[in-house]
Amino acid sequence: MFLIYCPHCEELREEEEFHPKGQAHIARPENPEACSDEQWGDYLFFRDNPRGIHHELWVHAVGCRKFFNVTRNTVSYEILETYRIGEQPRFTAEPPEGRPAESVVPRAEVVERQEGVKA
Amino acid sequence: MQRYSGFGLAKHALSHHENWERQWRNPTPKKQYDAIIVGGGGHGLATAYYLAKEHGITNVAVVEKGWLGGGNTARNTTIVRSNYLWDESAALYEHAMKLWEGLSQDLNYNVMFSQRGVMNLAHTLQDMRDVQRRVNANRLNGIDSVVLTPEQIQEIVPIMDCSKNARYPILGASWQPRAGVARHDAVAWGYARAADALGVDLLQNTEVTGFKIRDGRVYGVHTNRGDIEAKTVGCVAAGNSGVLARMAGFRLPLESHPLQALVSEPLKPVLDTVVMSNHVHGYISQTDKGDLVIGAGIDGYNGYGQRGSYPTVEHTLQAIVEMFPIFSRVRMNRQWGGIVDTSPDACPILSATPVKGLFFNCGWGTGGFKATPGSGHVFAWTLAKNQAHPLAAPFSIDRFHTGALVDEHGAAGVAH
Repeated sequence: MFLIYCPHCEELREEEEFHPKGQAHIARPENPEACSDEQWGDYLFFRDNPRGIHHELWVHAVGCRKFFNVTRNTVSYEILETYRIGEQPRFTAEPPEGRPAESVVPRAEVVERQEGVKA
Repeated sequence: MQRYSGFGLAKHALSHHENWERQWRNPTPKKQYDAIIVGGGGHGLATAYYLAKEHGITNVAVVEKGWLGGGNTARNTTIVRSNYLWDESAALYEHAMKLWEGLSQDLNYNVMFSQRGVMNLAHTLQDMRDVQRRVNANRLNGIDSVVLTPEQIQEIVPIMDCSKNARYPILGASWQPRAGVARHDAVAWGYARAADALGVDLLQNTEVTGFKIRDGRVYGVHTNRGDIEAKTVGCVAAGNSGVLARMAGFRLPLESHPLQALVSEPLKPVLDTVVMSNHVHGYISQTDKGDLVIGAGIDGYNGYGQRGSYPTVEHTLQAIVEMFPIFSRVRMNRQWGGIVDTSPDACPILSATPVKGLFFNCGWGTGGFKATPGSGHVFAWTLAKNQAHPLAAPFSIDRFHTGALVDEHGAAGVAH
């Protein structure tokens, strides 16, 4: 279970309130009519799908219903930061060895995470 | 290869079963092969087997970073069916189904394929319309499929709550009698043993770390056990396909998600078929050992962690208990997650790539196990002839640029 810090509500809330919406920072082509089939297909369907740091879009579906971005590690599932649409991520590559210091995590705090599910 | 038979069993009993041959060798990698298969799961091993058996290409290496059949082959709910809506996917999965029906004999290995029937429940009027449409489509494609009424369902599965008082009352179902389950590990082991017997090298603990590409053409792979050369490389790496594609310098229209399943403590026989519900989202069957095998949906976020989140487990068990109140006090023994590579149209990618000689077989998403023989069969054909098998042609990666998607998503009673 993730505890996710909604940058709009400014609160940590349970994963169940949110929906993931896929890779973030995908710019819609400014003039879709001028796109080739390759460009348009790439925009619609092709994704980075990295093993490691991933910037992704989430929506606070049963909360404020606003979209925001999350930087999350897709292997450890650790959430490194959440930030509003239009802002840039602070974490863009693998962080150095060890956990990031609390002080560099903007808006604090979204580090709570389950160590695997052992139901 | 030592053939398995009743006679052999009796013969080995005389020597206390201590002299059985190893099922496959553990060879050191050669410098060069005719073809390399990256990924030693069910699909990869099946590909190697059919390459050797049907196309006479036996100088083949299967490169596996862990152990054989240790990924999603060992992590699925073992359901086999072919009642897909669209002609393209129905043809592919029915091709697999026909291979399943003779697989144990073909491999001389009991894959415990049990055609106990699969039921896809409908809980709403729209579900019923979808079921009727899909059953009609299946019958036109020569696939056995019928619509069941709640009374008929109750007769087949007496323990299910088919009353009108259920929160999501059961209005009917589609039923494929030839569908069923198979022993997942045996499928991988059977293909591995048969491929090894034909001369295929199964290289375990060998991780591909990069591709050798020159002038847009692949000529080998880098591994942690040295470089291996081959003019044809087929990647069958499920959830890790995206990572391999990145090594080769292109992207795939895939996202990797955790997909969870659970098994219960063993019970006496209580459920002799497979029940799937797309609407409340849970599916369940009982193994020969007595465990209930329960499948959940994917977790919505990307993940490579081979584990998922609690809410998904909770929703699935709510659905199961809603349908089967008798299971409310069953305890779960184990829970796990596999990494599935989902494509935008919920159909696989069996395709050439921008790199010549490099082929990908991926994107099977949540339903790859059922296709194992068919996938291996058509992919081997594709590798051997360097052109798409007619059944694989609609599943080229080009469809994401031309727009000719095979939109199975939700249309097929597929639990996605």
